Amino acid sequence: MSLSVDAGSRTRTVPPGPRRHARPPGGRRFWSWLDLRATPYLFVSPYFILFAIFGIFPLIFTAWVSLHDWQLAGDKTFIGLENYTELLADDKFWNSVLNTVGIFLIATVPQLVLALLLANALNKKLRGRLVLRLSVLAPLITSVVAVAVVFTQLYGRDYGIVNWVLGWFGVDPIHWQNQKWSSWIAIATMVDWRWTGYNAIIYLAAMQTIPKDLYEAAAIDGASPRRQFWGITVPLLKPTIIFTVIVSTIGGFTLFAEPVMFGAGLMTGGTTGQFQTVAMFIVKEGFRDFQYGYAAAAAWILFLLIMITALINFAIVRGIGRSR
Amino acid sequence: MMNNTRRGVLAAVAAGTLAFTAAACGGDEAPAAAPSAGGSAAPAEKIELTLNTFGGGENFAYDDAVAQWNAAHPNIQVKYVNLTDRFEDTYLPQVLQWLEAGSGAGDIIGMDEGAMGLMAARPQYFADLGQYGLDSRKADFPAYKWDTGVNTEGKLFALGTDIGGMAMCYRTDLFEKAGLPTNRDEVSKLWPTWNDYLEVGKKFKAKVPDAGFVDGANTVYESVLAQEAGKNGGQIYFDKSQQLIVDKNPGVKAAFDYVQSLSTAGLTAKLRSWSEEWNTAMQKGGFATMGCPSWMLGVISGTSGEGNAKKWDVAAVPGGSGNWGGSWLMVPAQSKHPKEAAEVLNFLTGKEGQVAAFKEGGNFPSSIPAQQDPAVAEAKNAYFNDAPSGPIFAASVAQLSPVFFGEKHAQVKAAVGEVLVGADQGSVKWDEAWTRFVEEGVKAAG
Repeated sequence: MSLSVDAGSRTRTVPPGPRRHARPPGGRRFWSWLDLRATPYLFVSPYFILFAIFGIFPLIFTAWVSLHDWQLAGDKTFIGLENYTELLADDKFWNSVLNTVGIFLIATVPQLVLALLLANALNKKLRGRLVLRLSVLAPLITSVVAVAVVFTQLYGRDYGIVNWVLGWFGVDPIHWQNQKWSSWIAIATMVDWRWTGYNAIIYLAAMQTIPKDLYEAAAIDGASPRRQFWGITVPLLKPTIIFTVIVSTIGGFTLFAEPVMFGAGLMTGGTTGQFQTVAMFIVKEGFRDFQYGYAAAAAWILFLLIMITALINFAIVRGIGRSR
Repeated sequence: MMNNTRRGVLAAVAAGTLAFTAAACGGDEAPAAAPSAGGSAAPAEKIELTLNTFGGGENFAYDDAVAQWNAAHPNIQVKYVNLTDRFEDTYLPQVLQWLEAGSGAGDIIGMDEGAMGLMAARPQYFADLGQYGLDSRKADFPAYKWDTGVNTEGKLFALGTDIGGMAMCYRTDLFEKAGLPTNRDEVSKLWPTWNDYLEVGKKFKAKVPDAGFVDGANTVYESVLAQEAGKNGGQIYFDKSQQLIVDKNPGVKAAFDYVQSLSTAGLTAKLRSWSEEWNTAMQKGGFATMGCPSWMLGVISGTSGEGNAKKWDVAAVPGGSGNWGGSWLMVPAQSKHPKEAAEVLNFLTGKEGQVAAFKEGGNFPSSIPAQQDPAVAEAKNAYFNDAPSGPIFAASVAQLSPVFFGEKHAQVKAAVGEVLVGADQGSVKWDEAWTRFVEEGVKAAG
């Protein structure tokens, strides 16, 4: 009630200009302060409140859990950093890190290079350009699980189409889940199929902001299309490349759905953990062996690994084009 | 405003007092007056109970039983939810999270035998069924089925639903192709022992090299293990003081060795149970036989589909008797209507409920009166060439020995099972498999 009366009287009685700096009496001062200073924070607060509940709180709670021998629906004892020391000596954990990094490398490097070339091609004057541009984005709107299910069938040992085609060339059926290299390739193709188009569209959008006169000037100076690509396109795309590399790093290090579906839905990632990623390791420890504390410690180490890798990638990508 | 607030507070206090009084009275008088007062007072308001289960194919096969109950009890409606076909890695963790969180688990939950040791060690999460008069059901069940439902505080917390039993399912079309008999009595005579079974497999493989004789490592391992466990005092991975005996139990080693001999003879289709490829092979005739507890009939008919009706049949298992699996129902302590939930549980695990589940999914009743019901004792399974599934499983269950499940049975079972699948599929060398088998078991028991 009081709010509307105050506001109403102010709009009626306070003329603009000369009295602007006059101090309004007590209550009014508060409302005007709220209006000018606090409102912007109130407007942005929903995000930060949600982030605090669903981002900060789980982060801190996970850290707290990781300091315990925390059994799901069982005992919870404080053990300090014991989970971390045990984890750093756990072969299975390092195996999952190796798998994650391996799949990340063989998925992301070709994916981004391919996306860049694809974007460059789509940036040219082509017939049916819109259709082509939309079609590279199509895989993104399919569900991850659907992609993984279809690819897992394609890579089936007994009834899969990949082995059938390889059979024409006299290759024996490959049990794709059985070896590290074969399972990594299978999973990397799933990741690439889904994300290459997405990155290509981002590159394409960035390419269209590069002024045409730069290319014209380069062409007059006799620069070949290849030289133009490396000398103009790539350096000017650098902020975009950094963005895609960091997003891909986060995605690659938290890879989960594809390897899970590929391994019959189990968290073991193959009989000897051939393609168990860190995310799967965490779920296995937490939700299959019910060692929440151990899983929480692994989650924190994964978080640190992502930070470190993202920084390394940032440093590497920042150097691109500098020598040219 | 002030007035309103005060009135509100008063009302709340009054309501709270009333509720408290009512609860106190209920608590004091319930045991004495339960049959009359409780029975008539309960359905005054319509309630919905959630029944959560797991399993592939027909799973608990409660569609008909629940429909029967719901028709007879308009005020206690049961919602039957089959959450997933995966028990160890999906259903069990989910249920444990719900139990710890104090909500979500529903009013009745199904539980596989593998996790019964874990649940028995957590009495705080389950309603004491004895409190609702279900102690009187003891005579209905075989001793081991009953004993497994009693927790570490000596209270009854679970009643048995189906029982595994054991038979051998086989594809008649593939047996015909291999020149083997297809009649189930003749097939049963082919393999009185597991060694005979191995020999039949070699003959089969010589004639039909494209198909496996058996699906993979899992089912045969479980079948042999169940028989061997019976010979070794009913222990599998843990002794009765919860000590891990995976490396010391001769039954485990015997089952392991047998699987190795089958696999190295090339008789398995190298499939992982419950995988997509396993399902596809079941439909396409990728393997000829499979260790078959009673509930597996529902899995096979559900997975293979109508197109394969009459191609599957059921024979006796090598070595005579056995058990794999079987489930229990329990009421989580978090249920808001434990009394009504216990009534539903009583119905589902009773003669009518178990007979209905048998008719629907072939789940063999653990309740003795249900086993004696003509609907079970004289049953034939149309999908399996009218196999007399009733007598076949009744015979395997008649000599059933009780088995003890450790608190971490499910984890150890999953971990060592991976090694067997790996060795069968070639990612683990058989020379190193036993060492790894024991190591993984020790790690999982943690």
